[in-house]
Amino acid sequence: MAHSVSFDILEPTLESPVDEGVVHDSFSRLIEEQSHSLDEDGDCLEMQVLPEEDKSEEDLLEEDRDNVPYLASLTWDQSEQERGLGTENSRQTDPLIGEQWSYATLRVLSSMPSRTIGRSRGAILSQYYNRTLRLRRRRQSRPSLHDCPRSSRPSIRCYGVEMDTTDVGGEEHKKDKLVNNLQNLSISDRVRMLKGMPLSVVEKSELRKLASNYNGGHSLNRGQIPCCSRLKYYIIIALRHMWYSWLSFLHSLQLWQVALKRVSGRFGTGVLSYFVFLRTLLLFNIFLLFITGLFLVIPQAVHPPTHPGPPVAFTGLELLTGGGYFAHSVMYYGYYTNCTLNGSCQPTQNSSMDANRTGSTLVDHDDAKRGSHLSYNMPLAYFFTIGMAFFFTCIILVYSMSKSFRHSFRVDKPQGSLALKVFCSWDFKVIKKSSVKLQSENISTQFKELLSELSGPHEKKTVLQRLARLSVHLLAWVMCAGSTAAILLAVHYFSDYVHKDLQKRVGSATQSPLEKEASLLALPVVVSSINLLLPGFFNAVAWMEEYDSPSVHTYVAIFRNLMLKVSVLAVLCYHWLWRIASHPQELNLECWESFVGQELYRFLLMDFIFTILDTFFGEFLWKLFSQKALKRKRKPVFDIARNVLELIYGQTLAWLGVLFAPLLPVVQVLKLLLLFHMKKTSLMLNCQASRKPWRASQMTTLFISLLCFPSFVGAAVSVTYTMWTIKPSERCGPFQNLTTMFQSGKLWVQELVSNNPNMSWLKWMHTYLVENPLFLFVAAGIFLVVIYFHTQVVDGQRKIINLLQEQIENEGEDKKFLIIKLQAIHEQQRPQSVQRQNLAGSES
Amino acid sequence: MGTTASQLPKDLLSEYQVKRSLAHKRFTELVAKEDRNNPSPRVPMSKILTLPELKSNPFRKRICHVFSTSENKDGSLTFEDFLDLLSAFSDSATLEIKSHYAFRIFDFDDDGTLDRGDLEKLVNCLTGETDDTRLTPEEMRQLINNILEESDIDKDGTVNLSEFQHVISRSPDFVSSFKIVL
Repeated sequence: MAHSVSFDILEPTLESPVDEGVVHDSFSRLIEEQSHSLDEDGDCLEMQVLPEEDKSEEDLLEEDRDNVPYLASLTWDQSEQERGLGTENSRQTDPLIGEQWSYATLRVLSSMPSRTIGRSRGAILSQYYNRTLRLRRRRQSRPSLHDCPRSSRPSIRCYGVEMDTTDVGGEEHKKDKLVNNLQNLSISDRVRMLKGMPLSVVEKSELRKLASNYNGGHSLNRGQIPCCSRLKYYIIIALRHMWYSWLSFLHSLQLWQVALKRVSGRFGTGVLSYFVFLRTLLLFNIFLLFITGLFLVIPQAVHPPTHPGPPVAFTGLELLTGGGYFAHSVMYYGYYTNCTLNGSCQPTQNSSMDANRTGSTLVDHDDAKRGSHLSYNMPLAYFFTIGMAFFFTCIILVYSMSKSFRHSFRVDKPQGSLALKVFCSWDFKVIKKSSVKLQSENISTQFKELLSELSGPHEKKTVLQRLARLSVHLLAWVMCAGSTAAILLAVHYFSDYVHKDLQKRVGSATQSPLEKEASLLALPVVVSSINLLLPGFFNAVAWMEEYDSPSVHTYVAIFRNLMLKVSVLAVLCYHWLWRIASHPQELNLECWESFVGQELYRFLLMDFIFTILDTFFGEFLWKLFSQKALKRKRKPVFDIARNVLELIYGQTLAWLGVLFAPLLPVVQVLKLLLLFHMKKTSLMLNCQASRKPWRASQMTTLFISLLCFPSFVGAAVSVTYTMWTIKPSERCGPFQNLTTMFQSGKLWVQELVSNNPNMSWLKWMHTYLVENPLFLFVAAGIFLVVIYFHTQVVDGQRKIINLLQEQIENEGEDKKFLIIKLQAIHEQQRPQSVQRQNLAGSES
Repeated sequence: MGTTASQLPKDLLSEYQVKRSLAHKRFTELVAKEDRNNPSPRVPMSKILTLPELKSNPFRKRICHVFSTSENKDGSLTFEDFLDLLSAFSDSATLEIKSHYAFRIFDFDDDGTLDRGDLEKLVNCLTGETDDTRLTPEEMRQLINNILEESDIDKDGTVNLSEFQHVISRSPDFVSSFKIVL
């Protein structure tokens, strides 16, 4: 065949700098395959090569040059030609892409290390060999002088030189070297290295076996590894086994694995992030419940206080109001005593505070619960449990936030999104056929939109248009802010009205307490309905605004909803902490903390009920309506942002309430469990996947930050404020007779110091660290300085990245230059070969 | 059958935190009856593609080919290959492993770089084969030019592995979307 002839002629002139056998394996196979398949497909290649005899020499030269270089990308070229698009049209302006290479140049190109690594096992081995070498070098205290100049040229040192030396043994040699390196690494490094290699399990196990064998022989021969360190390795391995089995155990425990898979299989990563967020919140609440349950509820439930008054009958309405039967139960603050519980079940007064505790247990209040002969100081436990719960929640939140930021925050500037879209947009988790189709359609429309944006000249908006646009935005913001302010005023006056109304009712003895409590439901109902209705109004306003980019739209919607929720919560906090807490006698309240706890319970419950209603009306009925009445095919789309904000709102209530109602997390856990199943069912029944692109990880970061910043910080601030300044009820709760809740800690420290003079440093610590704000300022200052340093480091890294990018571009230019030179050399040799070929043709 | 799993050393399997037993169960379901006694059965690609997790995936054939260790390149998988596949798509796989395999899946002609032909096939897989979602040749050309402009750092006309990984590293969503849950 003609084409094979031309290969044969070109081949001897070629001297590839790398080991052909290893590196070229798959490539030559590919060429063979392609030429075979082409033969079968009607021989396009041959058609271009065969007519050589009939053509003039110039034509032939053109043809020959045309077909050979595109061997590797033949499929593309031919499909292009089939479609009637001349290849000339599609030629790039870029010289390198437009250039047509001879076969030999192409071969050199294809064997360039940067291209082999994607396909050849040998290249992977040698790359990892270099990595282990680098790792080893880093671990060594003294780098050898010999390596220094080489390592300054990583691009050559890493591939070219190593590969030259491996000519003889090929892949085996590389593997030997890699194994050699691996066995010089520490076990943990080796495991990590092996884990990170994109090799199959069989190859990895072989490498591991070889490495450990070498290691064994090594240690026997030289006796470098002492017995104890081998023992250490065994222990480490055993521990690792335990860890892995523990992990797999945890994995099997993972909540809702199947349900989440179904959701992601149908709706993709975006909607999945809502459910994952819900699960995170559930875990937070279980953690909270665990702490309060273990250190507050159980000790108090084991030693129930004597409660004055007749037992209240259970009527059922309590489930809604949280009062009545529940009012004097472990649910609320008022039930807890200010006694020290001890083994003999005799609540005694504060005087028997255990003084012989060591200072180290100051932080670790968990140790407060001790053997039966020891006592359990309830006020202290209450104070520290709430404090520690908030402290640990804060740590977990900050940790997960930083982890999330690490995933979504990149130092280098984003430039261009098309490549990113093409490479990363497919969601492999989606498995349902119709969803896969929908995903394809979405991606296709996104491509088309982006391309039309790129190609179409941006029409310049006139000043008038821009003004109109600006005024629309302004109007929209004014409307949103105005409605939020109006709602705030309404909530403020309504709560005032409810408050006054309650005062009147307290005066009149005609009403039963149950009715009184039922009337208290008015405020939560109003607030929850506002929370339900106003986002709809915001959506309508945003629809009027017509944002260009969907992400801006989402952010604006989130911001407006957040503004509403935060301000409503602020008004409510004012209502609870100022109006009720400072004047409890106005309402004739024995225990204002319990009252606030009940309020929070009602809010939480109403929020849940309204979410159910929203799910039912907003999703189920709307779907029926739009499908039956409007005859539309489309189903409603699950609004991730709004739903997540509702979750955050509920969680804020739960955090606010945990001080006043230690069992509030139970309600929240139940609520989240029900919500999960309800939302999942509703989603499967009523909704369809969104058409908008959803950047899941960025949004998750945003949500975690929102959960941390306004939600958790707000709740923590109001709880701290309550503990620090507000006077607790005088006749109930663990902190009666004290001026603030914080005082219980102070009293304890004083007692400790007076009983044990060695503890005077504790007192000192307390005065200077806790009571003095200077310490807080210094800590915050140091924190800010650290943050400043880190931003500077990031800035520097950005600069280095820019420099490296420039260097890569320069190297690219060099490469291009060298390739063109190479091509020129082949061009010089080509005429002779063509002549020879021609001669052979005419002879036959 | 069970012998396949027990042949693998235990500490090796611990690397595979994917639920191995589940994987094994799913795999044995695919093994043909007459092959049950074979110590290391090989499941043909057509059988593998009946898994609901792969059935509608446009890259299903490429996935099989990339993970197959078969001599005659027919995309058939042994249990080890199947474990490899699952672990590359699992939670525990690093970004590097995931991007490496993604590159090999997208490299349709197995030549080690993503050239224009690969990119065109990739885009066609993403947009589906129906006429209304397919890009026009003009759009395709423009799209590919843009991709190369953005990601081809050394300007040699193709996207090689490190350039690909560079692009991937900018997408925080990749790790979570390049995942197949069994």
